[in-house]
Amino acid sequence: MRSGRHGPPGKRTGGRPDQGVGTWFLILPALLPILVLSVGPLLYGIALAFTDAQSGRTRATQWTGTLNFQDLLHDGLFWESFRIGLVWAVGVTVPQFVLALGLALLLNENLRMRWLARALAIIPWAMPEVVVGIMWRLVYNPDAGILNETIRDLGLGDGRDWLTGLATALPAVIVVGVWSGMPQTTVALLAGLQNTPHELHEAAALDGAGAWRRFRTVTWPAIRPVALSITALNFIWNFNSFALVYVLTNGGPGGRTRLPMLFAYEEAFRYGQFGYAAAMGCVMVAVISVILAVYLAGRLRGGEDR
Amino acid sequence: MSMRTRRSVRAGQYVALLCYLVFLAFPFLWLISTAFKPAPELGSLHPTWIPQHPTLDNFRQAFDEQPLLRAAANSLIAALSAGLIAVLIATPMAYVMARHRTRLATAATGWVVVSQAFPFVLLIIPLFLVLKNLHLINTLWGLIMVYVVWALPFALWMLVGYVRAVPAELEEAAAVDGAGRLRTLVSVTAPLLAPGIVATALFAFITAWNEFFFALVLLKTPEKQTLPVVLTHFLGAEGASDLGPLAAAAFLATLPSLVLFAVIQRRITGGMLAGAVKN
Repeated sequence: MRSGRHGPPGKRTGGRPDQGVGTWFLILPALLPILVLSVGPLLYGIALAFTDAQSGRTRATQWTGTLNFQDLLHDGLFWESFRIGLVWAVGVTVPQFVLALGLALLLNENLRMRWLARALAIIPWAMPEVVVGIMWRLVYNPDAGILNETIRDLGLGDGRDWLTGLATALPAVIVVGVWSGMPQTTVALLAGLQNTPHELHEAAALDGAGAWRRFRTVTWPAIRPVALSITALNFIWNFNSFALVYVLTNGGPGGRTRLPMLFAYEEAFRYGQFGYAAAMGCVMVAVISVILAVYLAGRLRGGEDR
Repeated sequence: MSMRTRRSVRAGQYVALLCYLVFLAFPFLWLISTAFKPAPELGSLHPTWIPQHPTLDNFRQAFDEQPLLRAAANSLIAALSAGLIAVLIATPMAYVMARHRTRLATAATGWVVVSQAFPFVLLIIPLFLVLKNLHLINTLWGLIMVYVVWALPFALWMLVGYVRAVPAELEEAAAVDGAGRLRTLVSVTAPLLAPGIVATALFAFITAWNEFFFALVLLKTPEKQTLPVVLTHFLGAEGASDLGPLAAAAFLATLPSLVLFAVIQRRITGGMLAGAVKN
């Protein structure tokens, strides 16, 4: 690659010796593991999707072409889990964004309890997802949980079996998803807000613009690029999430919260269907790529910040 | 805006902030409360916020039921190694990415974005097969290798931001003064970069300490498993979990990352945003 030897013109005034060999020496320690343990396995994984690979079988693995994908097409359970994954990803991402934006706007104001909110916002971020799941199981516990106790105290009835009820399980896990991902989004949006020049706000206020007008004409354009990136990433992360729901419901009741990752995990590591599970992964990547493309297109339109 | 409307807006903001505080804090407070409750109170149909007879029994029982110390040691080894190795190999590459707009740097940045989108199942199946052939399944070394690669994108992301924050003019000045490239890196760049490197390593540590999916797939026996995996053993069959010890163990497992995160929080958000906003 020629690039190592040709730094940006004008940057070489200091006479920095940009030998290609030296640059490669700096890059290789990270590049090799990336290629061997990340890019390589990814390609291998895609290849596996076209085979009948299984765990613990004596017969050699064979190419089966698109057979796995044809089977997937007719696998109602997979598409059901795919649908649940989309509902979950949208159901978590949208409220997460709205709530995070509200919190970021509040934290950007000069309020007294700001430090406390900042400190508390660390908790969901720093916690292992497994612990978040366990914690909310304790909250949702039908008898000893605080949620049903509060409902009983308020005289709203006896409460429910939130995580095992067919109708309530998905909404219940979505609430946990929103809670656990809100801080990152808040911090990103807050940074965008703090990059907004304050004078613009004051000028708009002097011109008699109301709060909503000021938000629309000054605040939103300033944070739009950040908002777009974080929303797209959140959607992808949420669609691919595993640990939280694994601990909360393990996909139950009756598959109502079986996200695609849970489905693929079971297929691969409980039933040993490596090829079939890899095909599921490919379909997930394909859909996510489309979303990522939309996001990148939006970013290119929205930001001259590169 | 009149004084009165301004005051009512302020009041509304405080009410909203209070709602956020409650929403953020209550599950965690409930976890702590549950961890200190004796068995009879946990079985009660009318649970209270404050334990009536606080006890440490749950913690003792948690250690009796599951190999928590062993698991914590495993987590510590995996997370420490992953954090150290990740920054050790990521820092030079991040330096190149930040200082030279090369094609490789562009490709690496693209890969950082794309790697965020991997469904891990597509990665874990081949990794499982490869590690199995290398006889690294059910070993911490196998897991550490995976964690290093998994931590690299974000480490690069953060470190590139930190390197950009070090003015290139400083390095050029040192070069003019006759310092060689290595000399410049070691005596000028590295000291300015050190806090960022530490923050990145700690962040990699925290993510590895918290990680669950890879550990679940790659570690088979309880004496090899990390803390998050061992925690799930407390859950048992549906509804049969022992709430007290479960809460106690979960609370303990959170403390290290919570403390570390509080310490480096500003740097993490700063580094993250340096990458996210400027890129």
